Amino acid sequence: MSATVHNEHGHDHGHDDHGDGHAHGTFKSYMVGFVLSVILTAIPFWLVMEGVLADANATALTIMGFAVVQIVVHMVFFLHMTPKAEEGWNMMALIFTLIVVVIILAGSLWVMYHLNTNMMPGVHDMNRM
Amino acid sequence: MAATVTTTQDEAPIFYQVEEHAHPEGSSTALGFWIYLMSDCLIFAILFATYGVLGGNYAAGPGPKDLFDLNLVALNTAMLLFSSITYGFAMLTMDKNRVAATQMWLAITGLFGLAFLSIELYEFHHFIHIGATPQRSGFLSAFFALVGTHGLHVTFGIIWLVTLMVQVGKHGLIAANRRRLMCLSMFWHFLDVIWIGVFTFVYLMGMVR
Repeated sequence: MSATVHNEHGHDHGHDDHGDGHAHGTFKSYMVGFVLSVILTAIPFWLVMEGVLADANATALTIMGFAVVQIVVHMVFFLHMTPKAEEGWNMMALIFTLIVVVIILAGSLWVMYHLNTNMMPGVHDMNRM
Repeated sequence: MAATVTTTQDEAPIFYQVEEHAHPEGSSTALGFWIYLMSDCLIFAILFATYGVLGGNYAAGPGPKDLFDLNLVALNTAMLLFSSITYGFAMLTMDKNRVAATQMWLAITGLFGLAFLSIELYEFHHFIHIGATPQRSGFLSAFFALVGTHGLHVTFGIIWLVTLMVQVGKHGLIAANRRRLMCLSMFWHFLDVIWIGVFTFVYLMGMVR
């Protein structure tokens, strides 16, 4: 796991003891994360419940944007995700998972959407045949 | 690992670590648990994909606009968000070695979790009562599978939380218990992240579409 090799034992404390390297954050960081996520939750609910934006697509895109930002906020302030956590392996696992998730989601939606439009002619299509 | 390529004249070079350096007990738990969470993330990704594909197939049954009550969902979201910050406080008090305060914050987190579950079960009960069962349409099957799986995770999170409260009560904040609380903290915050996806893509998008 570690990229560093201990040639001598005994200089373990300080830089590379694997034990307690997990950061827990501070009161301030938790509060910043909490306030941000309340704001980022409230705005999309307000947009949809009050119908602020007339265009449905614009609303959909906006709330998706807010969701992405809020997920990042949770990752940073609650899950303490940093590029350095666990010597980068946390981030590596996350990036790999994100790639697979994007393939699953984009692939499923893309394939099934085209399957629906190409393979299942509706009443209107039949009339045109 | 390249540093241990030691060659003397007669010996073959050694390309691996001859002596494993010390790993304190539980040192890899955080990373291992993170990888578990990532695999859990894939389960939810598949359920989200299923919902994305089937979410529009109402089979002439009720759609999102007939069913969802956004006030209820907002309340539910608030419960989960509060439980996230109170779990954060539990971790902060744990760092200060205050057992009673940690237990109190854990209990509050559990209560918020229970409130979330109660609201969700009320919603499910209401849906099933008016005939919007999982069997009704593809949309409802996918809905119950996705939201129900999240609810099951929260249920097991609460069971885990109670178990850890008993552990902390019995043995105090020993290293093993700190590690377990840290894992549950990751699990709990992870469920909140999944819920962001649920309320955005299922509930809010359902009302917009």
